[in-house]
Amino acid sequence: MTELSPQNLDEQKEKVTRGEVTPVPEVGLGFVATFRRDSVVAFRHRGEMANPLMFFLMVITMVPLGISPEPSLLALLAPGMIWVVALLATLLSLDGLFRGDYEDGSLEQMLITPQPLYFQVLAKICVHWMVSGLPLTLMAPLLGVMLNLPAEGFLPLWVSLLLGTVSLSLIGAIGAALTVALRKGGLLLSLIIMPLYVPILIFGTSAVSSAIEGFPIAGQLAVLGAFLAMALILAPLAVVGALRISING
Amino acid sequence: MNWQWFHRLGSPKWFYEKTNAWIPWLTAISIALLLVGSIWGLAFSPADFKQGNSYRIIYLHVPASFLALAGYYIMAISGAIGLIWKMKLADMVMKSAAPIGATLTFLALVTGAVWGKPTWGTWWVWDARITSMLVLFFLYLGVIALQEAYQHQDTANKASAVLSLVGTVNIPIIYKSVDWWYTLHQPATLKLTSESTIHWSMLYPLLIMIAGFYCFYALVLIQRTRTEILRREKKTKWVKAMATEQGVG
Repeated sequence: MTELSPQNLDEQKEKVTRGEVTPVPEVGLGFVATFRRDSVVAFRHRGEMANPLMFFLMVITMVPLGISPEPSLLALLAPGMIWVVALLATLLSLDGLFRGDYEDGSLEQMLITPQPLYFQVLAKICVHWMVSGLPLTLMAPLLGVMLNLPAEGFLPLWVSLLLGTVSLSLIGAIGAALTVALRKGGLLLSLIIMPLYVPILIFGTSAVSSAIEGFPIAGQLAVLGAFLAMALILAPLAVVGALRISING
Repeated sequence: MNWQWFHRLGSPKWFYEKTNAWIPWLTAISIALLLVGSIWGLAFSPADFKQGNSYRIIYLHVPASFLALAGYYIMAISGAIGLIWKMKLADMVMKSAAPIGATLTFLALVTGAVWGKPTWGTWWVWDARITSMLVLFFLYLGVIALQEAYQHQDTANKASAVLSLVGTVNIPIIYKSVDWWYTLHQPATLKLTSESTIHWSMLYPLLIMIAGFYCFYALVLIQRTRTEILRREKKTKWVKAMATEQGVG
């Protein structure tokens, strides 16, 4: 096949229409199409979107009931509790990431399109984050107020969750892809993914508690950003591999 | 370079027949090393001037921790080989390595707890290194759980190989953690690049124990892999022929 260049572009187009060559897949196309489709599907099921948020709120309500309503104690627990519950809420929502598409067969269609699967997967994860991680992050300050989080902690909590939840969605997608073909994959998904969440949890909570104690937090946020950058590049690759195994295996 | 040995490894039959000859040697060497190391370490090496005799559990704790980490790499690398070159033997090695690694990690945690009681006055502390070992234990359990969850052996192999490769990202973090979040655990005693901070009379039995653990690990791994070979290849001619020759079938 000859190189695609402005000079022979028309000639190439003709060849494509005559069916002599297959068109080079356009990288952005799969991303945009999947992103649009998944957003539409997500916004048509608004009730499902609210579930992780309600879980988040309810578990946080259990903390003062179960431990102590003492404001100073709650202030101490707040960063960790909010982070842990955000992590659990993300885990719960992850099971549905590929499940619906797997059951109705659209996942197989995604696999056989000429579009690179990497970008389709990335789009699905982006939408997942928009409907789970982002609302959780937006709601976190409210829960911070309920748990008596000191004022210096709010901005770090918000920024660390904003950086961290994206990585949570990206890493969790690997687990979702590995367990999609299993009938009872939900619990297994949590088991295999939770150890991988440990570093994010550690740096996320330590950013908030350091800020409350008056220490600089640029280091922790930088590490969270580094995790995010690495997960953004590598996680979709693992997801693509896992999806192919789940479908073809 | 001659790559013939690598291609031969692809044949479970070749491996099974070859290892027949290794097993008596490996058994003898590991028994000898473990006996010499433990007798020297437990009875003849001097007591520590700060910790008294309680330090002697180092002769179990350190080799077990070494192999718990190395075992994860062995598992992940054989998983990668299985994924890339579709080598049947590598899949079997990966499956056999997971429970051994989990056991060794558990042993490292238990001996650590037993050592911690007289030295730190507590069975368990949330120290960085102990916690990372616990996370490593969870990673092993995740791989085993995923391996068990699939009906198809082939899918199980590929899925757990992907998971263990993803988990390797955590291993450097585990290994470096003692430098990052230094708390209670003493810094690594054995260093390859600089002078060790341990006296030779304690070091030599320790090194012998480590070598013994490595041999024992190899022995157990080979034995488990051989069992796995027989289980998966039970329908092949050579396994049937061998079983009838020995009067089992």
